[in-house]
Amino acid sequence: MKALVWHGTADIRCDSVPDPRIEDPRDAIIKVTSCAICGSDLHLYDHFMPGMESGDIMGHETMGEVVDVGAGAKSALKVGDRVVIPFTIICGECDQCRRGNFSVCERSNRNKALGDKAFGHTTAGLFGYTHLTGGYAGGQAEYLRVPFADATHIKVPKGIPDEKLLFLSDIFPTGWQAAVQCDIQPDDTVAIWGCGPVGQMAIRSAVLLGAKRVIAIDRLPERLSMARAGGAETLNFAEDNIVERLNDMTDGKGPEKCIDAVGLEAHATGSIDSMYDRAKQAMMMETDRPHVLREMIYVCRPAGVLSVPGVYGGLVDKVPFGAMMNKGLTLRTGQTHVNRWTDDLLKRIEEGQIDPSFVITHKVGLDQGPEMYKTFRDKQDGCIKVFISP
Amino acid sequence: MHATTLPRTALRGRSRSAHDALAKGLGWFSIGLGTLELVAARSLADGLGLHGRDGLVRAYGVREVVTGIAILASHDPEPWIWARVMGDALDLATLAVGAGRAEGSERTNVAVALAAVAGVTALDILCAQGLDAEKGGPKTAVADYRDRSGFPKGVAAARGVARDFAVPRDMRVPDAMRGDVFARRRRPVPAGA
Ligand SMILES: NC(=O)c1ccc[n+]([C@@H]2O[C@H](COP(=O)([O-])OP(=O)(O)OC[C@H]3O[C@@H](n4cnc5c(N)ncnc54)[C@H](O)[C@@H]3O)[C@@H](O)[C@H]2O)c1
Ligand SMILES: [Zn+2]
Ligand SMILES: [Zn+2]
Repeated sequence: MKALVWHGTADIRCDSVPDPRIEDPRDAIIKVTSCAICGSDLHLYDHFMPGMESGDIMGHETMGEVVDVGAGAKSALKVGDRVVIPFTIICGECDQCRRGNFSVCERSNRNKALGDKAFGHTTAGLFGYTHLTGGYAGGQAEYLRVPFADATHIKVPKGIPDEKLLFLSDIFPTGWQAAVQCDIQPDDTVAIWGCGPVGQMAIRSAVLLGAKRVIAIDRLPERLSMARAGGAETLNFAEDNIVERLNDMTDGKGPEKCIDAVGLEAHATGSIDSMYDRAKQAMMMETDRPHVLREMIYVCRPAGVLSVPGVYGGLVDKVPFGAMMNKGLTLRTGQTHVNRWTDDLLKRIEEGQIDPSFVITHKVGLDQGPEMYKTFRDKQDGCIKVFISP
Repeated sequence: MHATTLPRTALRGRSRSAHDALAKGLGWFSIGLGTLELVAARSLADGLGLHGRDGLVRAYGVREVVTGIAILASHDPEPWIWARVMGDALDLATLAVGAGRAEGSERTNVAVALAAVAGVTALDILCAQGLDAEKGGPKTAVADYRDRSGFPKGVAAARGVARDFAVPRDMRVPDAMRGDVFARRRRPVPAGA
């Protein structure tokens, strides 16, 4: 089959690779009908996350049709079922899964020892996302093997186009969880850094959940225009002093809730501290650029909440923890517990409360996938979200 | 007024542009030249009228190798290509010094070296500028997505539709941090009571 394969820094190719097959009774094989490139894939493309190996298949936003089911998954799935595959692989039975903390499933990372070493305790296995989280083949491919398939899927009805459903795999629940864990109150101002796909979904979620005001921050005009379309006011971090402006807009008190939808690749020329981070990164003394984290901690209203869906990989430096502690801020983070939200979100799509396909700006075949990595990473051609039909 | 969006630049089927590929080439060139400067410092210095300056040539070799490795390893080689441009300037200045001291056949050597470095400098500048121009920014893409609300019934109808959503207990703001909880508990006793 064809698949998008990682070969090294900024080197992704569409290669022919062996078809996946059932390896464990709980596996299923999916014929992929559509998949997408995520901002998290860019961290791999740019090689900021450790644990990639040449030959790894990329991709963790995937949906399709079941074409083969292992004996152990037959109770839950049958050939022909239409499914969206969450990016987190879940056993459905461990302590964490039973609490709904799916992204930290204790059993799905087959490289548990690596995960334990990197993070103290392992997290869930993820599709197409480094050997620290299992080194599982990803879904930017014609076929995908789904481990623990009896739990790792979201059944979706026929009749709704892929474009509306695909993002249940990741960015929609990710934006949703980012907003939910802010525990938004009717008089809250929610500030959201980053108007990439995750930021866009977080904006829509905060609006649905009834925030009084949503203020979105980025520097790219096309992304800001999409943010405004979704009901946000916008700030441009290349032009505005974000801390000053956010304070002005909130009577000097700061936003109650802050969401970091940027993560470890915060723009490097945006500010002095980001340049400092970039230099330290280059010398391998720091892995992540926590500019947004610093800004959020500083500007957030005391007793407020910081929600961090943006991905960090390792060490950060110069985080104003004094402000964090003395202001009594609450910090909530994590890879998304996708399946915790998807039943509800599917219902909202069906009811017409939201149509996540608004974020798609480019549709291509798998062979054009490599080019789109560059286009998406460099923000060319108005690109916000790439939808791939293998 | 509508500017056009920044065009795609990746080579067909690749996740790299021609400038990315050129950068990789310059990275390898850096390593090659640096290695040469390290192993043949003495003869290079002598041949270019820089007698006794093999230490300097070796230092330049280290510079080339380090930059080369950085270019090959980095996801964004642009700053390192600019570093090469500065290195080129240093090389040109040093060669100019050599030109002043060169005698006989050394003069031809220096002239050839100057021409070669000037050529590479041009390539470096072309590459760095090309890489820079490929990145979107506030002034490039003005694709307008103002019609993409994502709310089939409009933004106004969407506001607060999910307000009844029960935030799971583990994600709620702790009671102790809700100002209103405290206010309710300490409501002043009505006068006369
Ligand atoms: N928690 C999860 O489960 C989960 C799931 C999906 C994605 N993510 C992460 O969410 C983040 C965003 O993903 P995406 O797909 O939207 O990526 P993206 O790269 O398209 O978007 C990031 C945006 O942040 C903006 N930005 C950069 N520096 C900024 C700054 N200083 N202030 C404000 N904005 C800034 C960029 O211009 C860009 O538009 C990534 O880190 C990704 O890995 C997390
Ligand atoms: Zn993702
Ligand atoms: Zn589990």
